[in-house]
Amino acid sequence: MLLLADQTVVEPFGAVKPLLFYALAAVIVLSAWGIVLSQNIVRMAVYLLLTLAGVAGFYFMLHAEFLAAVQLIVYAGGTLILIVFGVMLTSKNPFMQLKTALWERFVGVLIGLVIFGLLLFGLVHTALPTGAAATGESGGGHYQVAAIGRALLSDYLVPFEVAAVLLLVVMIGAAFMARRSAKQGNG
Amino acid sequence: MLTKRNAIGILIGVELVLNAAAVNFVAFNHYVWGGADGHGIGGLVFAMFIIVLAAAEAAIALAIILNFYNNFSSVDVERADQMKG
Repeated sequence: MLLLADQTVVEPFGAVKPLLFYALAAVIVLSAWGIVLSQNIVRMAVYLLLTLAGVAGFYFMLHAEFLAAVQLIVYAGGTLILIVFGVMLTSKNPFMQLKTALWERFVGVLIGLVIFGLLLFGLVHTALPTGAAATGESGGGHYQVAAIGRALLSDYLVPFEVAAVLLLVVMIGAAFMARRSAKQGNG
Repeated sequence: MLTKRNAIGILIGVELVLNAAAVNFVAFNHYVWGGADGHGIGGLVFAMFIIVLAAAEAAIALAIILNFYNNFSSVDVERADQMKG
């Protein structure tokens, strides 16, 4: 899409778009379900990878190509690797299982149902745009990266700089906290 | 805790929730705010900040979990019941 410099808006998915949407949604929902239900930490990481890839596919479908690339690079390539490293570093047996009690699962399901009900209530009672506005494909796919860069350095400059400082603080703090303290010896 | 006792499992769950919020930001940006001219990109910027904060949160949480593991040789959150290390 970004290579098309003229003003024609090309729909890249066409008639298969609903099919693609439901396929991606099935992948995301099933793998998220797997994350919640699985007790195996390694399987949870793999299911998280599937979910992140599916969400990146959604970003592509929503013409947010830059965000999809960021999602794949930062999330699937960085954060998930970090989590897998954490799994490997913190378990003598990576397939160990920590079971939860039955009443805890019951409370968890209850809280999930309450939140689902609240979201459903809000969704039903919100006036979403219909007709042309709902189906209107934003033609901003062409210069979207440039628009994001311009917004980051103009309208969102302060959050951008705060995020930069935050990343520096996080880097120093994580290195400081995760180091092996001298008094503990083998750690 | 409620469905996970492994601290890294809880971290994975938090990543899942943050992703859900980011999908909502992008979808509403596309269908509600972006409109036909497509000038609204605030949702995309918000989703990008969510990704940045999720990465920062994962790094800090893993540092804390590693520290906890050094002290207790376990990542069971039920054992993290005191502030003193």
